[in-house]
Amino acid sequence: MNINLTLKIWRQANQDAPGKFVDYPVENISTEASFLEMMDILNEELVAKGEEPVAFDHDCREGICGMCSLFINGRPHGPDDSITTCQLHMRKFKDGETIVIEPWRAKPFPVIKDLMVDRTAFDEIIQAGGYVNINTGGVPDANAIPIRKENADLAMDAASCIGCGACVAACKNASAMLFVSAKVSQFTLLPQGKVEAHERVENMVAKMDELGFGNCTNTYACEAECPKDISITNIARMNREFLCAKVS
Amino acid sequence: MGKSYIYSSVTKKVIMSLVGLFLITFLLVHLTINLLLLFDPTRELFNVAAHFMGTNPLIQIFQWVLFGGFALHMILGVILQVQNWMARPKGYKKKAASEKSLFSRFMIHTGILIVVFLVIHFSDFFIKAKFLGEIGEIVYNGHHYEDMGLLVIEKFQMLGYVIFYVIALLILGFHLDHAFQSAFQSLGVNHPKYTPFIMGFSRFLAIVITVGYIFIPLFIYLK
Repeated sequence: MNINLTLKIWRQANQDAPGKFVDYPVENISTEASFLEMMDILNEELVAKGEEPVAFDHDCREGICGMCSLFINGRPHGPDDSITTCQLHMRKFKDGETIVIEPWRAKPFPVIKDLMVDRTAFDEIIQAGGYVNINTGGVPDANAIPIRKENADLAMDAASCIGCGACVAACKNASAMLFVSAKVSQFTLLPQGKVEAHERVENMVAKMDELGFGNCTNTYACEAECPKDISITNIARMNREFLCAKVS
Repeated sequence: MGKSYIYSSVTKKVIMSLVGLFLITFLLVHLTINLLLLFDPTRELFNVAAHFMGTNPLIQIFQWVLFGGFALHMILGVILQVQNWMARPKGYKKKAASEKSLFSRFMIHTGILIVVFLVIHFSDFFIKAKFLGEIGEIVYNGHHYEDMGLLVIEKFQMLGYVIFYVIALLILGFHLDHAFQSAFQSLGVNHPKYTPFIMGFSRFLAIVITVGYIFIPLFIYLK
């Protein structure tokens, strides 16, 4: 089946330009197409007309890289659960529908152009503590350190965060707590990460605050919109870790 | 860096939670005393309890802890909210409701309305009793007590006041529905076994406190 749509897209020439919404009709879009393929079709039409194509972030298009974003009809990654925008398909939309497409909105995520935002803030948080220090040398045996199965699973769940920023986009306070807590958890649950757990959580929270992300009000919109289903139990774990670090 | 005086976002939330839970214990004590006014035509239980709360030296000290708690909760609440607004200078054109805790969205609004109610509530009861001495006296077993119970009953016989009070308490209920469970999450208490109970208990507590407080003016007005 093919459908016709009206796209209401945020256009902004550069970081300092004011920006505005522009309506684009797109016709004869297959419901089999992915959302980003639909955007590609629009851009090809714009280029053919000699207009500036719509800038948007994307890379792997298989839901693992964390590059795609887009706030589609009021939801980060659009009207489907537990997927990224690149995995969204046009069968989720009705013929004749108007789709509002906006960039992530947060002070630490400035718009670079159109729908692209600068997510360097997340990299800065990682640089503040999202790593383990190890002495290089001979490769140790992978099974030399015993790890509780449950912790290994929880750490893996936390590590599935792709750092797309949907949690910040969805949060009414533009808080980065879900992202930061996932990154804190993936290390603190494992013996290798436990060594530097205290300074890690303190430094990452301090950096998060410094960058101007909002505070967590336990609204849990982040968890609802996360394409990787990162749980808010990570936030509680980070709060515990932070308290332990502060009092020790 | 000279920034050590600024508490981190997590620390501020932890303080909000601890103070909030303390304020809930106060609400329960206050509710218990209010309920003494029911089914007691002499008002003795209520007036004696009110006299105890107004004169016991330990309670007098705790009263200032309570006021400090309210002030801290309000100041931190406003600071957190202003920071949250600043974190998103430009909002969305279209925003769907993704939140799982509805009233979390309105904590600042319900909070401000509760402050307004508290100011009116204070001028009606606390200030009259403490500073203006406008309360009549009543004697039980040869001891003199301020007849706070009569003041309450007189207030609750005015329909306008009852409506105002009921609305204020419903707003408090909405605030508490989010508050109690949120406090545990902020303190890091989240466990697959206990969190569903805490979530349910939060709603139960909000309903018990709201219904408990609202029942008293309705009972007095309709009697």
